[in-house]
Amino acid sequence: MTGLASAFFAILRRDLMLAFRHRGELANPLLFFLIIVTLYPLGVSPDPELLRRIAPGVIWIAALLAALFSLENLFRSDFDDGSLEQMLLSPQPLPVLVIAKVLAHWLVSGLPMLLLAPLLALLLDMPAKAAWALETTLAIGTPLLSLIGAIGVALTVGLKRGGILLTLLILPLYIPVLIFATNAVTAASAGMPVEGQLYFLAALLVLALTLAPAAVAAALRISMS
Amino acid sequence: MWTFFHKLASPKHFYRISGLLIPWLGAITALLLLSGLYFGLFKAPPDYQQGESYRIMFVHVPAAWMSMFIYTFMAVLYAIYLIWNIKLADVMASSSAAMGASFTFLALVTGSLWGKPMWGTWWVWDARLTSELILLFLYLGYIALVSAIEDKRTAARAGGLLILVGVVNIPIIHYSVEWWNTLHQGPTVTKLDKPSIHASMLLPLLLMALAFQCYYFTLVLVRARTELLDRERRSAWVKELFG
Amino acid sequence: MSDAPLRAINLECIRGDRLLFSGLSLHLSPGQLLQAEGANGAGKTSLLRVLAGLSRPAEGEVHWRGQDIQSNRAAYFSEMVYMGHAPGLKVELSPLENLKVSSALRAGTADEARIEDTLARVGLRGFEDVPARGLSAGQKQRTALCRLLLNPVLLWILDEPFTALDVHGIALVRELLEAHLANGGMALMTSHHALEVRGDCRSLNLS
Repeated sequence: MTGLASAFFAILRRDLMLAFRHRGELANPLLFFLIIVTLYPLGVSPDPELLRRIAPGVIWIAALLAALFSLENLFRSDFDDGSLEQMLLSPQPLPVLVIAKVLAHWLVSGLPMLLLAPLLALLLDMPAKAAWALETTLAIGTPLLSLIGAIGVALTVGLKRGGILLTLLILPLYIPVLIFATNAVTAASAGMPVEGQLYFLAALLVLALTLAPAAVAAALRISMS
Repeated sequence: MWTFFHKLASPKHFYRISGLLIPWLGAITALLLLSGLYFGLFKAPPDYQQGESYRIMFVHVPAAWMSMFIYTFMAVLYAIYLIWNIKLADVMASSSAAMGASFTFLALVTGSLWGKPMWGTWWVWDARLTSELILLFLYLGYIALVSAIEDKRTAARAGGLLILVGVVNIPIIHYSVEWWNTLHQGPTVTKLDKPSIHASMLLPLLLMALAFQCYYFTLVLVRARTELLDRERRSAWVKELFG
Repeated sequence: MSDAPLRAINLECIRGDRLLFSGLSLHLSPGQLLQAEGANGAGKTSLLRVLAGLSRPAEGEVHWRGQDIQSNRAAYFSEMVYMGHAPGLKVELSPLENLKVSSALRAGTADEARIEDTLARVGLRGFEDVPARGLSAGQKQRTALCRLLLNPVLLWILDEPFTALDVHGIALVRELLEAHLANGGMALMTSHHALEVRGDCRSLNLS
């Protein structure tokens, strides 16, 4: 194994190991996701017709918020215990190490959301075709949310009260994902083709994969200085 | 040419040259603004559809243009700052943010006021207004980030990175909002995309746009000078100036 | 002097509103130890962070083998180890697991046996698999010291390496430093302790 690959997998393994040593906290973003969705029938109306109509937006907004709140801890403990300093001083390229961290984070927070989504689709009485589109958009969209969000997290990691600020920085950047993902789900439930929206999301993912890691790396160096 | 820029970018020269420029720029701004308002309010004929209410366009459109211009301009300045480490670029950019946010806010308020007679409601989720609202969020996010970071240099670099990330995203956001809007069949009044605008309306519009541009440059120079003095207060040239 | 691998040229450092130092130049050659001294808040840590490439000076440059470290990070970082205030350990993981990651982040050559040997050398035999949460502050510091030994590099930058260490720990660090210098290594450090290290030692007073 080359040095780069072994550094990448060392970070990935370590973060996954840490996540599983805090098993109790793994479920928190999921519960958050579930509770937000539950609030809508209570706050708006339990009318199945209406719920079916707003379901894509409801689930996706809950996903945005859940992704954002779980991301807050992406670099927090590394910052506090000095591991982040050591990562920044590695001779390996920092963007690659950033990808390892984001991937580990997505595996323990984004992937479980994909597994929970069918249940939510059921709760909001979504048709099967729409539920399928929901799964697909979440599969492309949640890594995108992690990558974009990581930039904001890296910029605010040195600040004591970064939470609300992070929301302000990142949510506007999530808007295109929200628009295309919810629209794909709505179109699917009306029986219309959704390839266009999915391609657009995939293009965004490719763009984020190429640009975001470098931006996160630069932001980390700025925050640590 | 290059040495000229380097000379201009030195704080001392910038302070001197901008001090000379400001009165002239201020005078040009006043002149353009007065003539723009005169032609816009008195000379331009009422619109055959909208009557007198369209005249708010002479404020709304230039403000919207400025809101986008300033964000892009800040991105260019920050690119200069981050690549060549020219501190003046950061001073100019951070002095611009509050004005960018103000122009965005002005565009939103005038858009909303214009919407009332046209659509009968204060707010419509029209593509332009929505994009403008998101732009306001981007400005406010930048201002919040920069004011949250205590160390000025760190704040400048973090803010610069955020603006550059924003400028990559703005076209994507803009495109997706446009697409979302046409899809939802909202009010399809394309209020600005007139196939042809009459010269009597175009003249005041351009005058106002120029006036806003000059106003921005005047104020940004004033603000940058103050900021520069604060940052350079330890340096020899400031001590020399103020004893 | 001109072949000194590490050179700092005309450094100026500002924290918030305060000028910590300006016009500071230094150079360091193999076999030399430079100790930064000064009162609390004089900028010792800031100086080390600038020299380690973690933060940028307000003015001036740091060169490693003739190249600016900010534009040649990988080359510099592969020959330098930095120990900051925080030991850089995950408390949920054991010293062995922690050091495996540290080693992989660097050259990635240290195997398990080598890590265990190194842990034994700093007096942590028998603690290889205890989660770092259960270690004392001094033991964490000793674990962090292993980074210096796992992947031998030319330059050590140590910020208060004696923090939380007992008498034996301090003697251990001194021993390691002397061996490092004798082998032609270089070290920069800050410390409150007046320390006698055999070798080519200089000090830099920041106040």
